[in-house]
Amino acid sequence: MAALKYTDQHEWVAVEGDVATVGITDYAQGQLGDVVFVELPDEGKSFAMGDQAAVVESVKAAAEVYAPISGKIVEINEALNDKPELVNEDSTGDGWFFKIEIDDESELDSLMDAKEYKEFVKGLE
Amino acid sequence: MNGLHQTALHALHVGLGAKMVPFAGYAMPVQYPSGILAEHRHTRAAAGLFDVGHMGQARIHGANAAKAIEALVPGDIQGLALDHTRYTQLTNDAGGIIDDLMVTRRDGHLFLVVNAACKDADYAHIAAALPKDCRLEILDDRALIALQGPAAIAVMDGLCPGIAKLSFMSLAPFTIAGIECLVSRSGYTGEDGVEISAPNAQAEALAQTLLKDARVKPAGLGARDTLRLEAGLCLYGHDIDLTTTPVEAALTWSIGKRRRTEGGFAGAAIIQKQLAEGVLRKRVGILPEGRVPVRDHADIADASGAAIGTITSGGFGPTIDRPIAMGYVATVAAADGTALAISVRDKKIVSKVTRLPFVAHRYHKG
Repeated sequence: MAALKYTDQHEWVAVEGDVATVGITDYAQGQLGDVVFVELPDEGKSFAMGDQAAVVESVKAAAEVYAPISGKIVEINEALNDKPELVNEDSTGDGWFFKIEIDDESELDSLMDAKEYKEFVKGLE
Repeated sequence: MNGLHQTALHALHVGLGAKMVPFAGYAMPVQYPSGILAEHRHTRAAAGLFDVGHMGQARIHGANAAKAIEALVPGDIQGLALDHTRYTQLTNDAGGIIDDLMVTRRDGHLFLVVNAACKDADYAHIAAALPKDCRLEILDDRALIALQGPAAIAVMDGLCPGIAKLSFMSLAPFTIAGIECLVSRSGYTGEDGVEISAPNAQAEALAQTLLKDARVKPAGLGARDTLRLEAGLCLYGHDIDLTTTPVEAALTWSIGKRRRTEGGFAGAAIIQKQLAEGVLRKRVGILPEGRVPVRDHADIADASGAAIGTITSGGFGPTIDRPIAMGYVATVAAADGTALAISVRDKKIVSKVTRLPFVAHRYHKG
């Protein structure tokens, strides 16, 4: 899997060919606390970069998850329906949210790399 | 966390790795590293230790203190046995709730515990209403620690034999690990347990003593909220406020029988009228179907789609592993089992009215 890219809304993106896998970062799951529900988008639905694409609900609160890049949803992580806690347990692995077919590869250039995201999070603390 | 008050246990929370958040002007632990679900479940299984030192503690001195405070609350305070506690509300002239509080009748004074966010306003309200022979004393120098759960009393009694003899909603002084404490068998989780008032200077030592017991784990405000919601208990500012009366809030049980007929408290005319004629809306328990949590401020409709109310507390009930909520609905839709539809984002969540509490209380009725 390629190196992860990050948004300032705490989504991560892993690109494989023309499909990007999307989830929320370890920092984001830690801030949310215990996740009890994830509302995933419908497969086939298209989003523009920055559109709200999913909702993650912890015990405390609901948080919106945005499409990090534009494209069409080609797969969602059905496992989260029964095991939303995967988001806490393995946020960049089994806790992924959806896969999106990339419309415009150049959008990826605006995302942060791991080092930049680490700095970004540091600035929030 | 600048500009926030700290409780006497602040350093302890930080040392335990708590996530501190602003709450009612205080920096408070919302959760520890174990997380809300684990803290909640541990409290239901053994014992959770909660810092509730942000809440206000005060005394009203004077032989007529019970009579005097009855002008402000609908609870029967004069009828309280010595060292027994009653849950009641400060009401305004419209019957709205200024705050909810615990009142204990002690020898020569009343002991009050009020909500953190309301305490300054409460004290001003009470002081202004007291007759000359009564005096309000604010206890700024005392911490408050709640130990809640099925193991709480065994832990306490092990440290200080005799505590197990306390009956529910009564209080007595005890010396625990050399610390003078006022121990009340009460709480706000639905579990058996105690709330311990102790001098600020010794609060951390007391908490450390309790935490040495393997049955005790720290629990934050997040777990306190999910526990009280499962127990069907009101959170001031959400389920009750100036716009809700005790009758609408389904707190009629807390209004003394004598007080219902005699009145003589702020808002009595309205509250007595509601008791006699009923109310247009009521606080009820709500069970949403499926897994989507419904949160406060969500709109409630009836089965036909007509707007009939609002969610005031909602989230996830870890003990019953499903979303739970409370809210106000039109009285015609308040019967157990009534079908509701709650708006969450672009969806209508099929729900139904249910009896409170969601998780049975396990208070000690000795």
